[in-house]
Amino acid sequence: MSYHILDARRLLCPLPVIRTQDQAATLSAGDVLEVMCTDPGVMNDIPAWCRINGHTIKETKQNNGDIVITIEINGKN
Amino acid sequence: MTTRRKAVALLSGGLDSMLAVKVIMEQGVHVEGINFFTGFCVEGHTHAIRQRDRSKPKRNNALWVAEQLDIKLHIIDVSEQYKKVVINPKHGYGANLNPCLDCKGFMVNKAHDWMQTNHFDFIITGEVMGQRPMSQRKDTMPVIAQESGAGDRLLRPLCAKRLPLTLAEREHWVDREKLFGFTGRSRKPQMALARQYGLDYAQPAGGCCFLTDESYSHKLADLWQAQGNKDYELDDIMLLKVGRHLRPRAHFKLIIGREEGENNFLEGYRKQFTHLRTVSHNGPLVLIDGEINDDDIELAARLAARFSQGRDAETVNVEVTPIGGSTRLLDVTPMANDTIPQSWYL
Repeated sequence: MSYHILDARRLLCPLPVIRTQDQAATLSAGDVLEVMCTDPGVMNDIPAWCRINGHTIKETKQNNGDIVITIEINGKN
Repeated sequence: MTTRRKAVALLSGGLDSMLAVKVIMEQGVHVEGINFFTGFCVEGHTHAIRQRDRSKPKRNNALWVAEQLDIKLHIIDVSEQYKKVVINPKHGYGANLNPCLDCKGFMVNKAHDWMQTNHFDFIITGEVMGQRPMSQRKDTMPVIAQESGAGDRLLRPLCAKRLPLTLAEREHWVDREKLFGFTGRSRKPQMALARQYGLDYAQPAGGCCFLTDESYSHKLADLWQAQGNKDYELDDIMLLKVGRHLRPRAHFKLIIGREEGENNFLEGYRKQFTHLRTVSHNGPLVLIDGEINDDDIELAARLAARFSQGRDAETVNVEVTPIGGSTRLLDVTPMANDTIPQSWYL
């Protein structure tokens, strides 16, 4: 298992989802991906993308406009 | 044993493509969705930027539809390759800078590439004959199939009965009798079918592409004219969605934040542009796009003052920061509203 950070700040949806999708495709089951964003649209879109692809949201944090979503990658990529 | 066939669907997030997927899934075909990011997609960017709208973030409809249909969705960034479609469309533009026919051909072509790479069997779209003036006509739908390279691997389930047989029908991967022959601009048949399937769908929100918008197209045409060629970067087309744009002189324009959210968004571009901000009064962040001299700076500062809370003051103190240079302060008289020519507003 490895830990990865993706900086998708200042990107507008769907770019944060695309970047998350593309990075997740390079990861293995059990890896953790922390995605840093600023577009509040990710609060809907990244969880929806995770549900479609069977990934698990471990944590969502919001602080002063910054959003950090932590995802555990499943093995079905 | 029969092989379960696989189709890739162009999924916009609207009702038609959602129904097309459902119709084909009902026939036992495995379907996955594909959605292309061109940079011009209307996906709540204004919503995301503007402060007053941030409390109700907009969902991505393609993702939402994929989840409802319980299918995978692949979102692909084609913004760089899409430039050639916008800049030089073989079939020309629609009412604005919308190259709809070339766009559809491009997307079906990309879906065809994806289909081949991923060993899928055919492509489906939610097109309905006669629904759109450029890309969904009886005479242009075959053009899309041919020019995209998809040929008879392109199936339009909602109007298939009005079109020649495709491979999926000939090979009985799908039953043509269970497809539809919808035509025209009425949405009633699609809405009835959605009710029949029990599907919830997004209400049409005035198109899905900024290029069909008159005001946006005008700003893009202005950008091309000002730079002397038809080209753009992703940042250019994002900035066209934000703020008030004024071109007081041919060689520069101002992008003026209209509220806090837009100012915050424009902050991210400060280092790439000469920018102005009023100091003595609350006011917008203003980016200057173009090469400017001292007279231009004075004019830009007076305009910045006009859109600040000091618009009625005798003088407003404005901070000017050139790209890579030091900030300096100017005292200016705000421009009176009735002295700003309408032609400056883009």
